[in-house]
Amino acid sequence: MTDLATAPAFRRGVRFRFDAVRGAWMLLAPEKLLLPDEIAVEILKLVDGARSIDAIVEDLAARFDAPRATIAGDVVEALENLAAKGAVQL
Amino acid sequence: MSAPAPPMGLIAELTHRCPLQCAYCSNPLEMDKPASELATGDWLRVLDEAAALGVLQVHFSGGEPMARRDLVQLVAHAASRDLYTNIITSGVLLTDKAMAELLEAKIDHIQLSFQDARAPEAERIGGYKGGHGKKLEAARRIREAGLPLTANFVLHKQNAERVGEMIALGEDLQAERIEIAHTQYYGWALLNRDALLPSLAQLEHVNGVVAAARERLKGRIVIDYVVPDYYAARPKACMGGWGNRFINISPSGKALPCHAAETLPGFTFPSVREDSLAEIWTGSEAFRRFRGTDWMPDLCRSCDRREIDWGGCRCQALALAGDASATDPACARSPDHAVMAQAAAAAEGAPLDLVARRLHAPEA
Repeated sequence: MTDLATAPAFRRGVRFRFDAVRGAWMLLAPEKLLLPDEIAVEILKLVDGARSIDAIVEDLAARFDAPRATIAGDVVEALENLAAKGAVQL
Repeated sequence: MSAPAPPMGLIAELTHRCPLQCAYCSNPLEMDKPASELATGDWLRVLDEAAALGVLQVHFSGGEPMARRDLVQLVAHAASRDLYTNIITSGVLLTDKAMAELLEAKIDHIQLSFQDARAPEAERIGGYKGGHGKKLEAARRIREAGLPLTANFVLHKQNAERVGEMIALGEDLQAERIEIAHTQYYGWALLNRDALLPSLAQLEHVNGVVAAARERLKGRIVIDYVVPDYYAARPKACMGGWGNRFINISPSGKALPCHAAETLPGFTFPSVREDSLAEIWTGSEAFRRFRGTDWMPDLCRSCDRREIDWGGCRCQALALAGDASATDPACARSPDHAVMAQAAAAAEGAPLDLVARRLHAPEA
């Protein structure tokens, strides 16, 4: 179970950037390229290696109209998924 | 036909020169001469055009890309255009100075190739004495620079039993990724196929070792595993589809949908010396010829995997079925699929002599 106090960070060699040609956010990794979905994009914008998962949930809960518990579940699931793909470390 | 989606990756084959002589090299038998190589200014323009076209990642490859004196300049230029930069190297030229310069140029990732887990065997394949030790040094420099490392091992019948040692070496080197890649049989590898193609028993051994290592290393090291087409039931989606994701630029500036495409007859491949990448990607006949599904034989076009496999590999279809527009014989549904088993049978017990990769093609 992922601890909500954990501060997720991008793994070495991973870059998250906006691609103006496609009008979309991209995750660039060693010999791999991921197109994060809308939820993942909002989460990844808040990943800086210092902010905790709790703080990310807090930020999203203030901006999106959904129960905090639901958002927390979505954030953890998305981050675990991104960790399994080698994009972030938890 | 609507305009194709922009390419994701540019493979910049800077040179065919290489200090190593691996007999499984995927470079063409007829290599580009040093004098024909693109100038620095050409590559800088190509990188600008690539970024504008929507390319996201640049893979500097070869030959040995570090044999080009302007590599650092090209990496820095690509990074300044927000391109993700990757170098695919043998590592034997990666000195402390070169590492520091590449780091300064904002290199994102380095893929380091190994010929074996043991020095004598590795150096017999690479034909470069002392090469293995230099690679170990290169791996250390990459890690000390704080960069992610991919350790690449190419498998064939002469080293397959040491796959466990290779993975252990990758772990020792603290690689982020380990690539265990069975030889792909194009170019020099196809010429040397009988001496390289593993037996089914060897393949099963490798499959077992890789599966166990993946389980053990889960969450720590990613192992990417490339199986040999010769024992597959489905072809690989070569380059993610023709003209679909990648542009490969040869040392002399030919734009190719895949690095082996120059073996295909009846093509005039465009040159970046004459045309822009955008014209090449959207307008050239060569990139349109096998793009999408319209070109496919009925067997592929009616297949539910048509946009998964993309008909497999055109170069393999030509080399093994004699027709570049045929279904890849790696597919079990191909009428030519039996040639794969015939090749495997021919390799059983064949001599292990290898024709070393040289800049000048061997006499036919």
